[in-house]
Amino acid sequence: MHTKTGHHENGRNDTATIIRQGAGAAWPICLGYLPIGLAFGVLARQNGLEWWAVGLMSVLVFAGSAQFIAVAMMASGAAVPAIIATTFFVNLRHTLMSSALAVHLAGIRRWFLALFAYGITDESFAVNMSRFREDHWDHRRALTVNHLSNATWIAATIIGALAGSLVPQGAFGIDYALTGMFICLLVIQIYGVIYILTAVAAASVSVAWYMIVPGDSYIVGAAIMGATIGYILKKPLERCFSGRRS
Amino acid sequence: MTLSEYLLLVTGMSLVTYLPRALPLLYLAHKTLPQWFVDWLGLIPVAILSALLAPILFTDPDTRSLEFGRPELIVAIPTLLFAIKTRSLGGTVLVGMLLYWLAGVLL
Repeated sequence: MHTKTGHHENGRNDTATIIRQGAGAAWPICLGYLPIGLAFGVLARQNGLEWWAVGLMSVLVFAGSAQFIAVAMMASGAAVPAIIATTFFVNLRHTLMSSALAVHLAGIRRWFLALFAYGITDESFAVNMSRFREDHWDHRRALTVNHLSNATWIAATIIGALAGSLVPQGAFGIDYALTGMFICLLVIQIYGVIYILTAVAAASVSVAWYMIVPGDSYIVGAAIMGATIGYILKKPLERCFSGRRS
Repeated sequence: MTLSEYLLLVTGMSLVTYLPRALPLLYLAHKTLPQWFVDWLGLIPVAILSALLAPILFTDPDTRSLEFGRPELIVAIPTLLFAIKTRSLGGTVLVGMLLYWLAGVLL
């Protein structure tokens, strides 16, 4: 397990260090989840869900956008299978994230991976992927990020259901928390020209797909197409750059 | 919706949420992946974040049409510059929130 024994403080592997570093990476996610979780709790309560039913969904499902959609569908009288099917399609993008994380979690024991998979969200995925580029980051720190985010989400949704109507709507720009987070996460995932081209390709496809096709398929569709376009451009671009340098 | 229906709903939702997160990881983490696949997966984070973000910034969610003047996009420009300059996730979230709140007050 102790394959990465660093010589400086970052590489220490005692539990306190792991939790402290995990929390250091997770707090912006928690900050973003807090208002959204509260908002979800309020919405769910307004649609007749008790606080424990809200908590139960957050514990079992832990998927922000899918939970919002599920409550909206329940309110409009949708059938159970329809809501489950919609949840499946909304969360399909996580197969891509799970695959990308596998590169950094190669050889880790399966029970740990099974536990880790529970906490894969857009935000924890992006934070952990950028951190895995630093050599002291490992699966235990990554799991800490997942669980702290998860705990915040569960707590926020329950608090929202119990007392959320006291929180004013849209206060302090909280609606922008996740957008701001996505912007920074995008920036810190950029390691070169090819990443910028991939981002531009994915953004263009995403906007076009979003305007033409109803539903949420634009996320998975644009991510796959964007990454593929970037991958195709990678070889000729590297040749061009290395040719110029030598 | 009755309690048993609700329990059925959250159980079903939990399965279709958990399995897409778990199966690729459980399968791929114990396989030797071809290099092209590793390279392609390396571009996935940027591609997903960009795909999530672009419609928020460049479209109106009510009509699903192009829209370049929304506060989401205007606020994104200084937020992006702050992110590039500091690379601080927490700082960027706070700056974005503050600017968006100001935009709501001023615009």
